Amino acid sequence: MWRDHLTEIIIFTLLFLLVSGMGFVAARWRAPKDMAHLDEWGLGGRNFGGWITWFLVGGDLYTAYTFVAVPALVFGAGAMGFFAVPYTIVIYPLVFLVLARLWSVSHRHGFVTPADFVRSRFDSPVLALVIAITGIVATMPYIALQLVGIESVLKAMGVTGESTLARHLPIIVAFAILAAYTYQSGLRAPALIAFVKDSLIYIVILVAIFYLPYKLGGWGDIFAAADAKFDASPAPGDGVLLNANNQLQYVTLALGSALALFLYPHSLTGVLASRNRDVIKRNMSALPAYSLLLGLIALLGYMAIAADVKPLPGASEGTVDNNTIVPLLFDQQFPSWFTGVAYAAIGIGALVPAAIMSIAAANLFTRNIYKEYLRRNATAAQEANVSKITSLVVKVGAVACIVFLDPQFSIDLQLIGGVIILQTLPAVALGIYTRWFHRGGLVAGWVAGMGLGMWMLYQISSPTRKHFAGSAFPLEKFGFDTQKTIYVGMVAVLVNLLVAALVTLVLRAARVAEGVDGTARDDYFADEGDPRVTPGTRTDAGAAPEPVA
Amino acid sequence: MAAPDPEAPPTASARAKDKSPWNWLLFIPIVVPLVPAFFNGDSPRLFGFPRFYWLQLAYIILGVTTTTVVYQLTKRRGDR
Repeated sequence: MWRDHLTEIIIFTLLFLLVSGMGFVAARWRAPKDMAHLDEWGLGGRNFGGWITWFLVGGDLYTAYTFVAVPALVFGAGAMGFFAVPYTIVIYPLVFLVLARLWSVSHRHGFVTPADFVRSRFDSPVLALVIAITGIVATMPYIALQLVGIESVLKAMGVTGESTLARHLPIIVAFAILAAYTYQSGLRAPALIAFVKDSLIYIVILVAIFYLPYKLGGWGDIFAAADAKFDASPAPGDGVLLNANNQLQYVTLALGSALALFLYPHSLTGVLASRNRDVIKRNMSALPAYSLLLGLIALLGYMAIAADVKPLPGASEGTVDNNTIVPLLFDQQFPSWFTGVAYAAIGIGALVPAAIMSIAAANLFTRNIYKEYLRRNATAAQEANVSKITSLVVKVGAVACIVFLDPQFSIDLQLIGGVIILQTLPAVALGIYTRWFHRGGLVAGWVAGMGLGMWMLYQISSPTRKHFAGSAFPLEKFGFDTQKTIYVGMVAVLVNLLVAALVTLVLRAARVAEGVDGTARDDYFADEGDPRVTPGTRTDAGAAPEPVA
Repeated sequence: MAAPDPEAPPTASARAKDKSPWNWLLFIPIVVPLVPAFFNGDSPRLFGFPRFYWLQLAYIILGVTTTTVVYQLTKRRGDR
């Protein structure tokens, strides 16, 4: 019952209202003379320094859903769920140079989305459209999942109802407020709120990792409890360590997820909003602080085992919702005022990425569909306006996904999202380095990768589900005599690359036109202060010097 | 802020070539965390953590150190 959780609800609501207020005020933070431009609304003036970028990108990549789902995975499967740690370690050295180059070329040409870059680099509106649609489709369920994060907290506070409407009303209200201030303040809103969100999360987790082990008898006991649970369970893949059959899956999932992360349009939004190349490179060294946080959060899954937390029932009969274990663990172990703070951290943690993702999806629509196909000579003000409205539509869509469909559907879609966004790797990430691929080859590779990826995901079954039961593809389905599994996205992107290369050779032999590269070699090294780097100092109004990470 | 911009804009546009042999160092924190043979074991334990957990958390330090070193070594030095 919600009455037992009154303190938590009050603190949660107060903190939620605080950040909502900040969201509206953000429009005036580092305010430009003219907000009616996509560089302002959608990229916060392209002028964020080290600290803001750190909070913004960190708050964006490490979402509420991550903080809820990773410990849930560790709770359910053990070591496998820890893949999030190597995943978020290898990502930064992997993109260290790539992102700096992308920043340079984007600032010289005023690119707002990855599809903008692809259009100019490969002279192909079709390829750009494919990239844009892939980005939008991959991002939408991600936004919906942020709602799952909030809902797990609401459930734990007993804020549920009998009817569909009553159950979802708090979420609808929360998202309406989010939509309103994102509409008004653009990227400045999540950038400002990220400070509060991340501070809360750091406080909660630091307290949790020192206080909970002390209460639960120390780390040795926590791991022993987890070990005992997995020994008793019949499932073959779980355990405190990896076994011979899931190591390949662990490694390919970590690497594949890392390759995919910065292909998501919302991660690039944070990167392109930064002031110069140094801000990005320094952040590649500073962002792993969040990986440490994530690793410790993952271990909350084992603490929940040791504390004997029983997950709440899921949406359908007979299932359990493992996503509720972290909220329940907090509720069981912390005094209620601190549980309220922890819940607010998760709830607010959902708002920052949801805002950035909807902005990124809206920018893709505006730049690569609206401007490309609907209104070629749109002015900057029209672009900004379309993006603002699209961001509203995107959020309504996300809420509808959660209210009208089984949340499992969004989880499935997000799983698919990781596989499909990876198919933009050859055009976007390799495109930063080479124009060797033919635009036709890239489209063909994308089709092959998408087709194979979908087929493989469809084939994956589990005892409870026939299709789409995860991303671990058993290699025996390819005819190998083994129990090993592999991450679908990795196989799909390798086939994508192979097809892209082969078709490139064929098209080149047939002398099919390749288009003209709109970028020049030294575009990829340009930095702040370069006379051709847009938007220059147009927005220097609020650009006070600030400390750097 | 009274003065226009304290940082003098770099003179030439494309000075910052990002080619450097030091960049190869970045492969270390990409490859090492992806070798299960290194971390997939229980002993030795550290503060009650099996090796699987403490070693992978320690790789974060490896990653941070490498990117910081590469950044410092490849930073543009003066006007050359």
